[in-house]
Amino acid sequence: MTTDERIMLTGNKAAAWGARMAQVEYVPAFPITPQTEIVETLAKWFAEGTMKGKYTNMDSEHSMFMAAGAGAATGVRVFTASSSQGILHGMESLYTLTGWRVPLVIVNVSRALATPITLEPDHNDVMSTRDCGLIQLHAETCQEVFDFILLGYHIAENPNVCLPVLVNMDGFYLSFTREPVLIPSQEAIANFLTAFKPAQPVFQASQPMARASAVFGGATYSYFKMQHNLAAYHAEKVFNESAQKFSEQFGRTYEPAEKFHMDDAEFVFVMSNSFATKGKAAVLQLRRQGIKAGLLKLRLFRPFPSAFIAEALSGHKNVAIIDQNLSPGMGGITYPEIVASLYSHPNRPKRILSVIGGLGGKDIRESDFMSIINHFKDPESPSPLYLFDDVDMASFQKIQNIANPKEEPSSS
Amino acid sequence: MTAFVNPYKKIKDLHPKEAISPGTGLCAGCGGLEGLRLAMKELGENVLICNAAGCFTLLSVYPFTPLKSSWLYTTMGAPVPAAQGVRDALDIRMAHKGLSNDENLLVMAVAGDGSSNDIGLGATSAALHRKLDFIYFCYDNEAYGNTGFQLSAASPLGSATQTAPTTKVHPAGAESFKQDLFEIWKAQEPTYIATVSPREPVDLSNKFAKAKTLQGPRMFICMSPCPTGWGYDPKESNLIAKLAVDTGIFPIKEYFEGKVVHTKPPKKRLPVEQFLERQKRFRHLFEPERRDDIIALIQQHVDEYWRRYE
Repeated sequence: MTTDERIMLTGNKAAAWGARMAQVEYVPAFPITPQTEIVETLAKWFAEGTMKGKYTNMDSEHSMFMAAGAGAATGVRVFTASSSQGILHGMESLYTLTGWRVPLVIVNVSRALATPITLEPDHNDVMSTRDCGLIQLHAETCQEVFDFILLGYHIAENPNVCLPVLVNMDGFYLSFTREPVLIPSQEAIANFLTAFKPAQPVFQASQPMARASAVFGGATYSYFKMQHNLAAYHAEKVFNESAQKFSEQFGRTYEPAEKFHMDDAEFVFVMSNSFATKGKAAVLQLRRQGIKAGLLKLRLFRPFPSAFIAEALSGHKNVAIIDQNLSPGMGGITYPEIVASLYSHPNRPKRILSVIGGLGGKDIRESDFMSIINHFKDPESPSPLYLFDDVDMASFQKIQNIANPKEEPSSS
Repeated sequence: MTAFVNPYKKIKDLHPKEAISPGTGLCAGCGGLEGLRLAMKELGENVLICNAAGCFTLLSVYPFTPLKSSWLYTTMGAPVPAAQGVRDALDIRMAHKGLSNDENLLVMAVAGDGSSNDIGLGATSAALHRKLDFIYFCYDNEAYGNTGFQLSAASPLGSATQTAPTTKVHPAGAESFKQDLFEIWKAQEPTYIATVSPREPVDLSNKFAKAKTLQGPRMFICMSPCPTGWGYDPKESNLIAKLAVDTGIFPIKEYFEGKVVHTKPPKKRLPVEQFLERQKRFRHLFEPERRDDIIALIQQHVDEYWRRYE
């Protein structure tokens, strides 16, 4: 594109446009719902010559991530995308290539994990990559998906980071929702993101090297892991610098987390990705009813911006952390991270409630936000709160009765 | 038919330059390392090895590498997808980013028989389908050697491994015949397939010299006698490798342009027990009592193979 253009794009198309405008050179790919529209779009653009480089159809996500990492280690700008079971299938490769310290951008289109197998979103897939040492950016809108891919390469390729960046969006709710997306001109993008100049040596005949050699002795292993850890921590500073530069070039400002009506909020919802849009609508509705609600939307999740989040939540009485994921036997995955960030703050919230909702694409309704507020009012109410009410139970029992018609429906 | 003249007639003709330095962490008498040493002499220095988890992962232990060429440790199941990524990236850089052809690398996957036959076979099959331009080197010691010698699909019938031990109920140990990886690969019609033995250095070197002139998938299985896993004195590796060929247990052959040719057929095949009796992994076939039934089964399998060609 030669001039800025605003076009209607699904989340998936916005991701493909992000890769295209970042002038990605290599895409090893494997299809999985609800991500497939991204790789189909890129396949077409490479096939017709709109994008220069190579698109390779791989045989699995395990192979795909391995090829992606090896491509980045050989000096090209790499993009790939996956979802759900694909992330799990590729997990060994993800750990391997973060250890290789190679820059690339991966889009994950969140989808709940089997079993039972389903198509709709929750965040257990992206949370499974939490500890593998990549950088995570969570997008709410199609514009954020596009912007975070550009931002992602800026962070990943920083010589002090050299790590993959994963951009997360919700399957269906965002992947197939069309929104207006502002696509800047290639010229404007070039002012922000220059051609890939690898910070580390890449494979070519004149620079032979052994990469990712085995190590023995915990001290050597620990050293490399500590170095990886420092790079990941450092990525928060790099995120802020890159976001500043992005803001100067494109006028959209991204903090590590987004504060929505937070100033005087007595009830704060902590959310991420597209369901935050529902949360924001609920905040406005609650405020019309005289309830001082606010929302903190997680954006940078790895590295975890502990200080920023603690600062944002300190001084607010009631905080509900809504996890669209479940660690059975423990609860929500982001909850303990936020609680740990707040622990040493004298002005920390009086009540921090863990809420589990939106599993397998289950809607979080306006009434759910109201029930969270009511939950706070009862000092004896348990945590976590599971957003699964009588209406949900009735709808399940209706189906259960088809599966097992002899059984009398049990009362909820 | 493409004419290719073997450059080597005798061992003295071989390339004097070494591409792998001695002093690695591999076991004394490792037949696979001798095979790779000879291969690398032929392939030269502008090579990138994508390594699968296995014995040969110990070749490059930080901060050392015995190689003049490049090395990338991958995973047990995906050395070939890594080779795909490197090949694609080099092609992209040469086509669109002004990388000189002098900077090109020959991309190679180096994997054991466990990786080749089991965990990595699907990914390799996909690369054969895509006609990836690379060389595959499988060092075949007929078990998961690096983890202490457990059963792989390449373990031959009658061999004892840690996970298919010989017992009264299961006297043979491994009860399936060795998987025929050569035929599996051949079904996908790669450019070239060869089996090689470190005991046949001239044949091995000629095959790598030939493969170097070709494009597409070029696949090698290197018979890799394993003193620790097979149970014999390391100084006998050459003898064991020779007996594997002379008994006809390990056929030395190549597949090229649709034809299989045995490049070192045994003139008069020796009985298989001459190969078996020298190794601890087959000891249970000879003591406390001879298992003529199992030995006969192994002999019959070898005879049936050669009947197709002799």
